Amino acid sequence: MSDSKNSKGAATMAKTEFIIEPGSHEIVMTRIFDAPRELVFKAMTDPKLMPKWWGPRDHWTKVDKMDVRPGGSWRFINGDSSGNEYGFHGVYHLVDAPARVVQTFEFEGVPGHVALDTLVLEDLGGKTRLVQQSVFQSVEDRDMMLQTGMRTGATETNDRLAELLVELSKNK
Amino acid sequence: MPPDRLSSTFAALADPTRRAILARLASGQASVTELAAPFEMTMPAVSKHLKVLERAGLIARSRDAQWRPCRLDGEPLRDVAGWMEQYRRFWDESFDRLDDYLQSVQPVHKEKKEDERQ
Repeated sequence: MSDSKNSKGAATMAKTEFIIEPGSHEIVMTRIFDAPRELVFKAMTDPKLMPKWWGPRDHWTKVDKMDVRPGGSWRFINGDSSGNEYGFHGVYHLVDAPARVVQTFEFEGVPGHVALDTLVLEDLGGKTRLVQQSVFQSVEDRDMMLQTGMRTGATETNDRLAELLVELSKNK
Repeated sequence: MPPDRLSSTFAALADPTRRAILARLASGQASVTELAAPFEMTMPAVSKHLKVLERAGLIARSRDAQWRPCRLDGEPLRDVAGWMEQYRRFWDESFDRLDDYLQSVQPVHKEKKEDERQ
């Protein structure tokens, strides 16, 4: 699995890198934040802070439950202005502040398909690299999650096509 | 989009040689000889890869010109891009918002940077 850990310069810093290989069970996302690791960890584990960032910009998020300790559970509701609401929940398995969280993730729209998420925060000296790995129960489960809510007739420019190709050819 | 088409697109993309061929075609059409040049491979082996890409609808080959150039067909790739778009948007925008929040609570951090510059 490729070079996600190096060659990331300042120009690409504010972007999320996705590694989604054909035929694999997992999705890996990498993002660098210009903030110390303790602060990033707090933002990702404080129930009062989750609604500030979790979900797309045009959606709101409500924390129904968030008990951040091994065996504790979480449940978020994500909604839009048209009244659509989506529930997500899971259980925390490992909480090792400020470096690591292992938890399950289940979208209530397709119950029974559970992913195991490992969030690793690396201290880059004032900056923090987040690597979020989701492992699904099957390739089909992963592909279904990616496809969930797909808009039909999504218009993509050739720029995005080129980006995709570069991304795909990187994952040798 | 029918799922079997997505599967054949992914099967075609699952090989590094075929991805390299597509990346080359993204910058313009090319002959089989040109496409084979960067690989230590026989022409029949390259032709085999091209056939897989052609069956998946990822490339098209001209019937008219004598050298039958290959060109990229973006349609199935657009499907792949659209297919992961919502998921990508969910997390990309979440992390953008997290970034905004982290910046908003770090005035001291920013001032310190300014001091260092002086």
